[in-house]
Amino acid sequence: MSLKGKAAAIGIAELKPWKEPPAGVTPLKLMFQLTADALRDAGLEKRDLDGLLVGVPFADPGMIYPASLAEVLGINPRMLNVVDIGGASAAGMIWRAAAAIDAGLCNAVLCIVADLNKMGDQKVPVVSVQREFEAPYGNIGANCGYAMIANRHMYEYGTTPQQMAKVAVDQRKSAVKNPLAAFGDKLITIDDVLNSRVIVDPLHLFEIVSPCSGGSAVIVASPEIAKRAKQPPIWLLGAGEYANHASITYAPSITESPIKPAADTAFKMAGVERKDIDLVCPYDCYTITVLVTLEDAGFCKKGQGGPFAMEHDLSYAGDFPCNTHGGQLSFGQPGLGGGMSHVTEAIRQLMGRGEGRQVKDATLAFVNGNGGIMSEQVSLVLERR
Amino acid sequence: MMDTYVKPLPKPTETSRPFWDAAKQHRLQLQHCGGCQSFIYYPRDRCPHCLSDQLEWRPVSGKGKVYSYTTVRRASVRSFADKPYVLAIVELNEGVRMTTNIEAPPETVRIGMPVTVLFDDVTPERTLVKFRPTS
Repeated sequence: MSLKGKAAAIGIAELKPWKEPPAGVTPLKLMFQLTADALRDAGLEKRDLDGLLVGVPFADPGMIYPASLAEVLGINPRMLNVVDIGGASAAGMIWRAAAAIDAGLCNAVLCIVADLNKMGDQKVPVVSVQREFEAPYGNIGANCGYAMIANRHMYEYGTTPQQMAKVAVDQRKSAVKNPLAAFGDKLITIDDVLNSRVIVDPLHLFEIVSPCSGGSAVIVASPEIAKRAKQPPIWLLGAGEYANHASITYAPSITESPIKPAADTAFKMAGVERKDIDLVCPYDCYTITVLVTLEDAGFCKKGQGGPFAMEHDLSYAGDFPCNTHGGQLSFGQPGLGGGMSHVTEAIRQLMGRGEGRQVKDATLAFVNGNGGIMSEQVSLVLERR
Repeated sequence: MMDTYVKPLPKPTETSRPFWDAAKQHRLQLQHCGGCQSFIYYPRDRCPHCLSDQLEWRPVSGKGKVYSYTTVRRASVRSFADKPYVLAIVELNEGVRMTTNIEAPPETVRIGMPVTVLFDDVTPERTLVKFRPTS
């Protein structure tokens, strides 16, 4: 089965992440606003929505979330589901929406995430095996796992702290042009990154995503609806998903991620080459994540992500535009909305709505969503025709 | 006098109890699959490689190498915030990897470094399986 050209993103909505959420804001309140904004953006009515994919917020967890949200919004979905693949959930929603549309089950699917940064201490829900075999040793949260990936990557391939820092520096160049970026106030240098506090060796504060509050939504629609949409439709050309571990300790390799099979599937479905891509939006919870993604998605040789980052300008104006919204490192990470920010930015750029950071003549974008510790992976190829 | 232990403790299950009970006796044992001859960690009800339920507990060497590690300078949870600690993935000579801690000064830890098991009796009831540099 191929999803090539079977559905298109026709509307987006996104909130500027708050470092501290305003009083009285709830995830449901944010989802209301995002739904209204996305419908307006697409030029659709609420009754046009017949599919709902949602990520359960940390700040308002609970079962039967999709039906509750549908009731709050007043929509009657023909398909409703939670997507629970961590940071890859947002990208995972896009191909699931396209699959439901291709199967004739839905015509317009709302993909939505919103959260408040109230995770606090030890509130991250984890499954029992992680509580038993990871937490007692202090393998809690994501920082440690990515630090171990970074150390092993440096050991195997000679990757340097400067090379990792370059990712944060170049993405910030784009963030200062993005009014929605929470950390886009000023440019930073490699020295700034390396002089910021070491949190988990070898990762510095400026290489680690900051939890925020906010959210985003994307409406994916059938070709028939896409024809009458207000915005130019952005077509899903290819999608791939893959996972081979939950805890990084039990991954076959901690430096070679499941991104490779996900990206290979997406590119094969899309029928395009890596060199055809005009911009990439790889998940960037940490700087090392971007280097590993560029390698495993096939944009450079394995182990050469570091030199690649040094040789290319990754900003919107550069020769290899990467995370032109600033990445989550500069945009902020409003829960699962962090992952959605890569999807919305690719769509925005392909629609030609990149404003001060528009990538010239962008028609093809690659997006990667990454869950857990390089665990669940979703690759997307998107096109403006 | 030792302060009250505030870090998370493992809660053994029917499946994992032999592992933790052995650790309390300062013995390292792992499940071994009679179906495909693999060692298994963490403990399972069936072999994750071949789904066989012919699993038996076998003593292992307690020797391995540091596969990767990090020094956590600022922990993301309060219970680990008392001091920096070395979190590591150790690859045992038997082939399995374990999440663990290396009891050594952080600046001396290296990837590939040979390590030996160390049993840390963190409470009277519970012993964690950690490692130290092989002397």
